[in-house]
Amino acid sequence: MKHYGVFDMIGPVMVGPSSSHTAGAARLGLFARHLCGEEIKKAVFYMHGSFAETYAGHGTDKALLAGIQGIRYDDERLKGAYELAEQKGIQAEFIPADLGEVHPNTVHMELTTESGSVFTMTGSSIGGGSICITEIDGVEVQFSGERPILATRHTDEPGVIAGITAILYAYRINIGNMQVNRTEDGKTACMYMELDGELPEHLKNALERVYGVKQVLLLNPGDIG
Amino acid sequence: MFILDTEKLIQKLKEEGDQPLWEYALNQEMERSGRSREELREQMDQSLAVMERSASTARKEPVQSVSGLTGGNACRYEQYRGKGNSLLGETASLAVGMALSCSEINASMQCIVACPTAGSCGIVPAVLLACAQSRGLDRQTLINALFTASAVGIIVGSRATVSGAEGGCQAECGAAAAMGAAAVTEMLGGTPEMAFHAAAMALKNVLGLTCDPVAGLVEIPCIKRNASGAMNALLSADLALAGVRSYIPFDEVVDAMYAIGKAMPQSVRETSKGGLAVTPTGMRMKKETQRGEEG
Repeated sequence: MKHYGVFDMIGPVMVGPSSSHTAGAARLGLFARHLCGEEIKKAVFYMHGSFAETYAGHGTDKALLAGIQGIRYDDERLKGAYELAEQKGIQAEFIPADLGEVHPNTVHMELTTESGSVFTMTGSSIGGGSICITEIDGVEVQFSGERPILATRHTDEPGVIAGITAILYAYRINIGNMQVNRTEDGKTACMYMELDGELPEHLKNALERVYGVKQVLLLNPGDIG
Repeated sequence: MFILDTEKLIQKLKEEGDQPLWEYALNQEMERSGRSREELREQMDQSLAVMERSASTARKEPVQSVSGLTGGNACRYEQYRGKGNSLLGETASLAVGMALSCSEINASMQCIVACPTAGSCGIVPAVLLACAQSRGLDRQTLINALFTASAVGIIVGSRATVSGAEGGCQAECGAAAAMGAAAVTEMLGGTPEMAFHAAAMALKNVLGLTCDPVAGLVEIPCIKRNASGAMNALLSADLALAGVRSYIPFDEVVDAMYAIGKAMPQSVRETSKGGLAVTPTGMRMKKETQRGEEG
């Protein structure tokens, strides 16, 4: 069960018209933008349930598109997301889809970054602007975006994860949940952790120096508002 | 951990020396977030400022929605009310105008405070600001009342849902009316027990309310549902302050609301496949907005 806070109910301060279809969607987009770690050039959004039925009317498309450009849900530029995307040469497509037994407001994103990496994410907007991320790059996860997240890509060999967790231990940062998976080539592993406590920026540098680590992404709750 | 059983919560507040609900919510949030009392009150103050703006802007100047389907009603109603014609009296008619204003601002893609959701953003600000104005209550009291409202919202969200897609409009405007009713009750001197009676009555009044917006937009019937939700909240608070009790306790009403929400067909849970959305006029309006988008 989700533990709601005061400002989940009185808040967020947001651009209308729908907390689940506009603010929640913008947060899902912004979450994806942060996890990609670089500019997104192409985005395909598979829209499920109520997202598929009503996305145009609620500005869900504008919100998702604004989010992947780094625009927050309380920023009135959100309304002009298509124009901004066009200026930056970002391609976007919205496809109604049946994603199975998932929350009615769910989107699956396929994102291509500036450097050509392809990245996927599935998330739901569960009401009042709150979100739940259920899949990242094929790995099943359970993130609310309300706790810090650490994502790594590293060589798939013994000791790398121990090296990463040793640093977290040195900073006395507790791991709430974690998921590890291999990519198809069998040489790279992805790891996603939800952590307790804000992550300092220099933690990233320390983690990047761990043997076998190729990429580190940190996401603090403040990044997605 | 926030106590979600209202009987236990009322008992706990009595044991704490008749602690008000707002103070309980504030203390819980301090514990949950690790933030200070001052920080939390400051954030609530900022939300209150956004509420004040959205509750007044569309009453002064007509505001149109982005789709062009609706708008101008908050201003129209304000002019009527200003002539002293309203059947509702000063406080209630002011609340109605404020609820319309917040909702019209929302539909025009300007900033509002979701409360608990954007679709129901007019109800809590309207009843609190209108009552504070007519009774001459200060800003700190209003901030306290917003914490009371949040406590009720937390119980609804945690035991059930505040999402229209999951529970229909009863989960959004129903939750908002319950939050507003409890907050007004406590703000005007009612006990937490009375506040929960008010919340229970407000939610009971709209059980089964569908979410069937025309063209999928948060406009028809959402904007007027905010006005009606404000009236529901004021009515329920008035009853509770008079000593009227809800026979069914609040948490049981919330559970019933959730069960009803799950039993509702998906066509009337924010998909715009049923109800008002598929009336001949609703369908025609949907076509008009789509033409507008293509053009």
